Amino acid sequence: MRTRTVVVAGIVLALLIAGVASFYASSNPDGLEYVAEQVGFAETAEDSAAKDSPFADYGTRGVENERLSGGLAGVVGALVVLLLAGGLTLAVRRRGRPADQHTDDKDRV
Amino acid sequence: MHVPDGFLDASTSIATGVAAAGAVGFALSRARHELDDRTAPMAGLVATFVFATQMINFPVGAGTSGHLLGGALAAILVGPWTGLLCISVVLLVQALLLADGGITALGTNVTLMGIVGLLAGWLVFRGLQTVLPKRLGLVPALAGIAGFVSVPVTALAFVGLYAVGGTAPIPLDTLTTAMLGWHTLIGIGEAVITGLVVGSVVAVRPDLVYGARRALKARKLEIRDVEEAAA
Repeated sequence: MRTRTVVVAGIVLALLIAGVASFYASSNPDGLEYVAEQVGFAETAEDSAAKDSPFADYGTRGVENERLSGGLAGVVGALVVLLLAGGLTLAVRRRGRPADQHTDDKDRV
Repeated sequence: MHVPDGFLDASTSIATGVAAAGAVGFALSRARHELDDRTAPMAGLVATFVFATQMINFPVGAGTSGHLLGGALAAILVGPWTGLLCISVVLLVQALLLADGGITALGTNVTLMGIVGLLAGWLVFRGLQTVLPKRLGLVPALAGIAGFVSVPVTALAFVGLYAVGGTAPIPLDTLTTAMLGWHTLIGIGEAVITGLVVGSVVAVRPDLVYGARRALKARKLEIRDVEEAAA
């Protein structure tokens, strides 16, 4: 399978997880939140300065439908991560094509 | 395991912020050796995948859930330095865009899930790979074990930070027991996801998996030996 196929398939899968499958995730507190409640320091948590972000807490402000609201926030977040991480790693990579790349291209024909 | 603002005092948050910034700065220079034209797109994919998968909280019983931390997964797929960059981008976007994990706690979260969790997972993976046969088929299982270990180690690191700079006077032994107990269970989920994802990529394109390079190299050497013996 070509590198591009692997990467594109992976990104589509990630967007489906963030946009669709995330609706079915458990809404129970995670390990740390649960322990904080149990041991008794949960109330020391403060609101994040980002609490007014349009996508705060994995919901999209102004979108009533819960499934759509969470899915949109997930997809937007995933795309922002892709742009930042993809851009960063493309910027710091070694330039030039490694020897294997040529074999990879031949598979295309 | 995203730490919110307020759990740790200011000086501890500043200290973890400095540690995180230093590690990310160093990773920026080292990641260059892990990334070329072929592997750089994998890094963008890995960060996106970790972000998406962290949205899937799985139940671990008694009203608690867990989600992938992803440090071991990222390190094995794209290398530890690139992996640290991936996890840091994920945590940055979560903190700023989705209000998941505090902003003053961003350094703490990068330290815990990026540095400690990733390093623990990577060291376990490399350690096992050094003592066990370098077989491609073993890579997913080793990745699963690495993922499993990384979660309770990260939980312990949180307890350590809390011991230094926690804002509430709570008994540390109770905190240790609770954190270790729940995060050992969550580690099972981390092991399953890490093993499955690494296994899937190894099955399609093992050469794209950083942690499989030693096994691939060993396999190539074996083939050459056979050919030489035949000649």
